[in-house]
Amino acid sequence: MIADTLDRVAVAARPEGQSVSRLHRLARARSIARERADGGEQRMREWLRWPVIRQLTGADSLGRGHAARSERTDSERARTSEADSVVGSICPYCAVGCAQRIYVRDGAVSQIEGDPDSPVSRGRLCPKGAASRSLVTSPSRQARVRYRRPHGTDWEDLDLDTALDMIAERVIRTRDETWESSTEDGTRLNRTTGIASLGGATLDNEENYLMKKLYTALGAIQIENQARI
Amino acid sequence: MAEAHPVGFQWVMEAKRRGAKIIHVDPRFTRTSAMADAFVPLRAGSDVAFLGGLINHVLSGEHYFRDYVVNYTNAPMIVGEEFVDTEDLDGLFSGFAEGGYDTTSWHYEGSRVNASAGERDRWDELFGEQGPEHPSGRETPTGGPERAGSGGPVYRGIPETDPTLNHPRCVFQILKRHFARYTPEFVEQACGVEPGRFREVAEALVANSGPERTSAFAYAVGWTHHTLGVQYIRAASILQLLLGNIGRPGGGILALRGHASIQGSTDIPTLFDLLPGYIPMPQAHRNLNLDTFVAADSAAKGYWGNMRSYLVSLLKAWWGEHATADNDFCFDRLPRLTGDHGNFRTVMDQIDGKVRGYFVIGENPAVGTANSHQQRMGLANLDWLVVRDLNMIETATFWKDGPEVENGETRPEDIGTEVFFLPAAAHTEKDGTFTNTQRMLQWHHKAVEPEHDQRSDLWFYYHLGMRIRSKLRERQGERTAEQRERDRQLLELTWDYPTEGEIVEPDAAAVLREINGTDAADTALTAYTQLRSDGSTRCGCWIYCGVYAEEVNQAARRKPGAEQSWTALEWGWAWPANRRIIYNRASADPEGNPWSARKAYVWWDPEQGCWTGHDVPDFDAGKPPDHEPDPEASGPEALRGSEPFVMQSDGRAWLYAPTGLLDGPLPAHYEPQESPLSNAFYGVQRNPARQVYPRPENPYHPSGTETGSAVFPYVFTTFRLTEHHTAGGMSRWLPHLSELAPAMFVELSPELAAERQLRHLGWATVITARAAIEARVLITQRMMPLRVGGTTLHQIGIPWHWGPNGLTTGDAANELLGVALDPNVHIMETKAGTCDVRPGRRPHGADLRRLIDDYRSRAGITERTGVDPVEGTPHPRSDADGHGEGRANDE
Repeated sequence: MIADTLDRVAVAARPEGQSVSRLHRLARARSIARERADGGEQRMREWLRWPVIRQLTGADSLGRGHAARSERTDSERARTSEADSVVGSICPYCAVGCAQRIYVRDGAVSQIEGDPDSPVSRGRLCPKGAASRSLVTSPSRQARVRYRRPHGTDWEDLDLDTALDMIAERVIRTRDETWESSTEDGTRLNRTTGIASLGGATLDNEENYLMKKLYTALGAIQIENQARI
Repeated sequence: MAEAHPVGFQWVMEAKRRGAKIIHVDPRFTRTSAMADAFVPLRAGSDVAFLGGLINHVLSGEHYFRDYVVNYTNAPMIVGEEFVDTEDLDGLFSGFAEGGYDTTSWHYEGSRVNASAGERDRWDELFGEQGPEHPSGRETPTGGPERAGSGGPVYRGIPETDPTLNHPRCVFQILKRHFARYTPEFVEQACGVEPGRFREVAEALVANSGPERTSAFAYAVGWTHHTLGVQYIRAASILQLLLGNIGRPGGGILALRGHASIQGSTDIPTLFDLLPGYIPMPQAHRNLNLDTFVAADSAAKGYWGNMRSYLVSLLKAWWGEHATADNDFCFDRLPRLTGDHGNFRTVMDQIDGKVRGYFVIGENPAVGTANSHQQRMGLANLDWLVVRDLNMIETATFWKDGPEVENGETRPEDIGTEVFFLPAAAHTEKDGTFTNTQRMLQWHHKAVEPEHDQRSDLWFYYHLGMRIRSKLRERQGERTAEQRERDRQLLELTWDYPTEGEIVEPDAAAVLREINGTDAADTALTAYTQLRSDGSTRCGCWIYCGVYAEEVNQAARRKPGAEQSWTALEWGWAWPANRRIIYNRASADPEGNPWSARKAYVWWDPEQGCWTGHDVPDFDAGKPPDHEPDPEASGPEALRGSEPFVMQSDGRAWLYAPTGLLDGPLPAHYEPQESPLSNAFYGVQRNPARQVYPRPENPYHPSGTETGSAVFPYVFTTFRLTEHHTAGGMSRWLPHLSELAPAMFVELSPELAAERQLRHLGWATVITARAAIEARVLITQRMMPLRVGGTTLHQIGIPWHWGPNGLTTGDAANELLGVALDPNVHIMETKAGTCDVRPGRRPHGADLRRLIDDYRSRAGITERTGVDPVEGTPHPRSDADGHGEGRANDE
């Protein structure tokens, strides 16, 4: 039932930039109908297909179901039905943990829906979760490394491997230059306070684990995330 | 809840449909209030007074659940004669000196409360160099209380008890005296809640608690972002324990956390004071080794008694065959803490030139952290900064177009920070688990490959580690002996994860399996009870042990909810041991029977000789209710069959905290750091043990009757919208969400609008001693003036999602806030501050500075304003650069 509702919502949705008003759709459907009508009988049949007639004469008196459907509506396909694959996922926003289904077509995310199987969310998503397709496909998302040199006034290009190499060099150098083996009275410290880190609550457990493990082995201790702030 | 956790709120509505009564207590009327049976507006920052009033109602009216309280809480424990309550010290507990508490006088009579590594110096003075027994890694002033994430602090010995609850020094009687002051009339003075309305809430809560019924509290950072945030939660815990609402279905105190895996990043902590599974990071102390670190825990009762097994298994997971019994399993390789290394301290150290490199990973402190200007000052004083995010957030661009550049205070040419922006992969582009707010791990599958330079953080840290190791390995010949020694902990780190695909992505399932743990035969473990201290097991996070049981990724289970029982144990996996309600043995009475048929959850099955029920029992499955342990036993074996709180060192829930907290064994109402009111309850205005940082960029306002307080007459509280997320990094760049909530605004009442000539949808400038920000004015009756302490008090709601970048832009609310922290967990107060508001847009450049300076000068603000622990008593330290140990307020 929920899945049906969501499918209907998906049918009504349009890719960005191709938004078509409901009136416009109705007008198009009617013009198609006119072209095909070549006799009174057929015209009458078309008349009877008008939503308002079907609403008044059929079982769908509120006009929110079958009566409102046009040929065009019936010809629409949900992005979910045309997907090449679907995988189970979890919403990346708050900590309720609503389940998502990620639909993929031609190697790109084509739709994200709530997963009705979830005992937590029962298929529902809030406005943010429902917008998460736009989160992952947004043209504003950065795809390339950007580099700003000290005192620089603009971004520069840098390839990923060079960036990784430069960061590794800076970690090693900073660690060496700020290493604290012990306090003045000889108590072991085995650390650096020259390297700090912030962030983790939006990441996966596996990512947090590698972060904490690597930082601890480096001797970095100022490791923090959103749980504190 | 309906606003910030809307899908979770469906269960509140489900409960309402079945007859539950929903009460919403909040400074603002929201969508939650609209759906509630009762809405109780109160003054931001007064919740301890409100909860204290409810506790007093329960105690004075004898409404508590006596059998639960006597058997499952520490109500009968007798506290030592040395303890003196706030009632007798006008707002201080015994032991206050030099800006902090010596907590030794809070102990039970006849038991020795465990001292901690952090308190060791004083402990040495009291007990001598070796101490009465061994020191412990627990309860440090800087982080010990966070142990409460999985069990509380530890004590040993058997305290005197009085099961009749009549002894004048038993916890129950202390509680009664402490909260007697919290009458409805006092509640009204502090909260602005009229006594009749308060009584309605109290009576509804009491009527819905007991053997047949349970009540739940849901909260979010409106309770934790305070200078006494931990005591807010303590107050709710006391109330819920008195009513018998913990460990039972429909009960609890439910934290509604705000990020997809904020629970996970606490369990597997990217936090300074913890190791995975709430094991504390070691503090620097002479003679600290594995034995001394775990000694006190090993002697204690409950599951923390096995801490050595958890820690050794972690060290084995990290250093593999290099960790042996002979080298203390590499315990010495863990870096040592000296005091507070929390983010605020770190940022101040950045400003002071002590920190050179900084990684910011999926967080946006340039607008998302209190006193954002201070955060950007830190960013501008680094050697290098790595930012990993989806969008070009303010933390990456502060040097180019941040407020300081825009205002002409600095120029990009003057900022020496080298910045690397690395684009991150989204959740759809990587495998992994999030841990939700119910402690449930849920796996998300990769749907597509990330594009171009976009990579997961798993990829980044794995390859950064590989690169650092290979460089160090190549250079060993030219490294000094000391450098080679410190390189070993990197070169010998277990870092051999399988990878896949063109981008050489590490296998997240292999990492999860390492977190789960393996035995000597490299078979995945099924439960943390299998962990051993002899080095034969490896486990990256003991509380997650079982998530890969039977070599199956249990977190990836997605059996439809409709096809299983209402506890849905086959969807995802909840720590510990897939339990959905922790401490659920408390859902049965001491004899093991459900308190009522209606509220049956787990119970003792005498025929099968085991605990059973709707959930995984949070108890030794075969231990009968009448089990009496061997007096010599320790660890879980020392727990009686009737002690449900298995992580606690006495098996009981604590109404009174004899150890583990730094600002009092009981909650007491203190005013926020900045408040227009004087404390109605005590002579002490603010939490005397709070952390404050008097610095030029972080001035505080005067409060109450202090001179200049009236310059900032209004209370403000920050909040979230349904349509945006945190500091906006995942929402301000989205067209749909930006259209739904298109502009920064402040929400205030028609009365305040009239008082300050503010026009609906016009502009307003909000001013504090830190900043002035502009916002659109939203005038609604959802904000209502309160009558508090005989005067009218106005409150302003300020969403904190905005910043200068993205599709929808605006000033950041965090500019307004000062940094004043809860001493236990170093969390800042964002939910109750003071401000002024005036019509029109804010000035720019030097005029902006002049406006703020004018307010500072009118309020008479100096570096000393608002920083004394107890008003009229000078702060023990006059500078702010103390970085050593101890518990002074500037730590």
